Amino acid sequence: MAHTLAHGFADPVHEGQAVFRAAMDALSRPGQIRPLATTLAPPAPLIPELAALALALTDADTPVWLDAPLRAEPAVAAFLRFHTGAPLVDAPDRAAFALIADPARCPAFAAFSQGTPAYPDTSATLILAVETLSNSAGPAFAGPGIRGTAHLDAGPLPADWASRWAANHAAFPLGLDLLFVASARLAGLPRSARPVALEAMPCT
Amino acid sequence: MPSVSQTPPPHSMPDLAARQRAMARAGEATSDELRAALARTGAVTEAQDLRPTETGLVMVRGRIGGDGRAFNAGEATVTRAAVRLPGGETGFAYHLGRDRVRARLAAILDAHWQRPEARPALEAALDAIAGRRAEAVRQAARKTAATRVNFFTLARGED
Amino acid sequence: MYVAVKGGEAAIDNAHRLLAEVRRGDPAVPELTVAQIREQMRLLVDRVMTEGSLYDPDLAALALKQARGDVVEAVFLVRAYRTTLPRFGATEPLDTGGMTLARRISATFKDLPGGQVLGPTFDYTHRLVDFALEDGADPAPAAEAKPEADAAACPRVTDLLGQAGLLEPSPPDEGAPVGDLTREPVDYPADRALRLQGLARGDEGFILALGYSTQRGYGRTHPFVGEIRVGAVELEFTPEELGFPVSLGTVDLTECQMINQFHGSGAVPPQFTRGYGLVFGQGERKAMAMALVDRSLRAAELGEAVVVPAQDQEFVLAHCDSLQATGFVEHMKLPHYVDFQAELELVRRLRAEHAALAAEPVQDDPTLREAAE
Repeated sequence: MAHTLAHGFADPVHEGQAVFRAAMDALSRPGQIRPLATTLAPPAPLIPELAALALALTDADTPVWLDAPLRAEPAVAAFLRFHTGAPLVDAPDRAAFALIADPARCPAFAAFSQGTPAYPDTSATLILAVETLSNSAGPAFAGPGIRGTAHLDAGPLPADWASRWAANHAAFPLGLDLLFVASARLAGLPRSARPVALEAMPCT
Repeated sequence: MPSVSQTPPPHSMPDLAARQRAMARAGEATSDELRAALARTGAVTEAQDLRPTETGLVMVRGRIGGDGRAFNAGEATVTRAAVRLPGGETGFAYHLGRDRVRARLAAILDAHWQRPEARPALEAALDAIAGRRAEAVRQAARKTAATRVNFFTLARGED
Repeated sequence: MYVAVKGGEAAIDNAHRLLAEVRRGDPAVPELTVAQIREQMRLLVDRVMTEGSLYDPDLAALALKQARGDVVEAVFLVRAYRTTLPRFGATEPLDTGGMTLARRISATFKDLPGGQVLGPTFDYTHRLVDFALEDGADPAPAAEAKPEADAAACPRVTDLLGQAGLLEPSPPDEGAPVGDLTREPVDYPADRALRLQGLARGDEGFILALGYSTQRGYGRTHPFVGEIRVGAVELEFTPEELGFPVSLGTVDLTECQMINQFHGSGAVPPQFTRGYGLVFGQGERKAMAMALVDRSLRAAELGEAVVVPAQDQEFVLAHCDSLQATGFVEHMKLPHYVDFQAELELVRRLRAEHAALAAEPVQDDPTLREAAE
């Protein structure tokens, strides 16, 4: 297994902190696209940005769920086990983080842990590797960390995405937080991001 | 902690128990003993780090009542090393304590142990190390045995 | 009025330099080494490991040296150090039945497989100060004897008694997640596993006093020492990337099995109940007190009224940690000038109102105003 093991962070502390910082910034400024540089070369279909977040955010205390394409490639599990020590779980509702390489087939949000009223922070964070990630179009969001409204176009995503997100936001303070990654960049969508209907958008 | 794994790693090597035993004995060795063991086999101590040797924690689990439900008794420092030899063999070590040099040497030894040509000499060296340890444990056991209470009952005049 | 104050920096730096010098003590006396503390102050090292909740004798010894022998300060250092380290995971649950025994006694059963083994103990010493130690003479070598055949495998006393049904069994391991109070905040009521984690790292003095209180009548549980065992236990850990357990080495532990009376109920025939204690190193007093308090905290589970402090989970668990306790008590010595100024203003106003009511002028104390400002 380890004969072909891809390398982890060359400088675990500083690279891990840099990626953590990028994820924190992405979630505190929902919808804004941020650069995410990494030199990782993980086994496909785990893209380098997905791997970088996994290495920075997960460890033995954070059960990780992999979607079907990631699960189908044993080298992905071996890479993550070695570099993070995170337990890989079959049941999505036991995961603290879900790595999703095929976002168009992302399971229903209800399949993941929503947190509890006493500890809403125990909900899952979904990290989705998307092909499209831009601010120039897409649905609009408002809420904490957003000046006015922010557009975020991420895809491909399931057809019922808008209603999923509306339900996720409505359950606040429970609900999922999302991180979208694409080539060299990422964006965050925390549960606090309120979907804004286009007709209700203020003229700017 | 969830224990369900999606894809168990391929650890079905037939000599797994022997490797575990070798790793355990290497864990009881000093750095000098590990260096000497590697030198005896002519094994190189050069290896590539798969991951920087690092010190971290494990949570030590006990059982309620000694044999019941698990609970967290407290943590322990552990140092781990993971190396790859030029030939591709990978070696690992997880040791209590903070000695990075010793853990890395043990990981190199674990990698060389997987080379069939190096194994007999390493096994002999590990046996010698285990013998030294066993002698220390035996002597402690003799001192402990001297503090065992030998009760004797006084006759109380009843038949 | 709020006045920003600066100027402590040089004083703090110099206080730390002075601390380093005072820590060293008389330079004419040889400096202590960490190895000396580890080998010759071992019970103190064990206590710092237990309450610091981190097994690392060299680190605990170093912390004691840095802390000038202050246990709580050393615990603080150890706890701070552990926060800088990643956690690789949890060990397989350790097996005290497989302990390499250094000591093993039972106050309830005289004749046990493996016997009563005293080991290195203060019990039965005369507690007379040994002035010969002043001269540092080497002790006579310990006596040796051939271990008897049954010494190799010493079953736990509770395993023997449990077979007859006289003793309640341990709560079965059904694979439930193991709560960790260093990771998630404690919710009350806390389960027994979480309580034991809290008690294990709790302050020895506090746990001892609570255990003592149960014996004196504040939550009587009629305890007997089923067994105390001290010795080395192997730890095994399964790294995610290997998928098979590896031996980490051995740790020294003390385990106490306390046996307590229980009258039974309609559903359960009368049997003895149990309390459990487990600490790092040799720490019999702590392990025994822990077992007493573990049993008394089971009051609700066993249908006993919760009326005394040692039966009150929140009272015990929220106050047993020496670091939390010292943090809150000792922070009081840090500047509270603004808080106190507010209180002072309030008291002045109340006094003025009081004086107006009594139609008697009250003299304001000008020195108090200066002190606060």
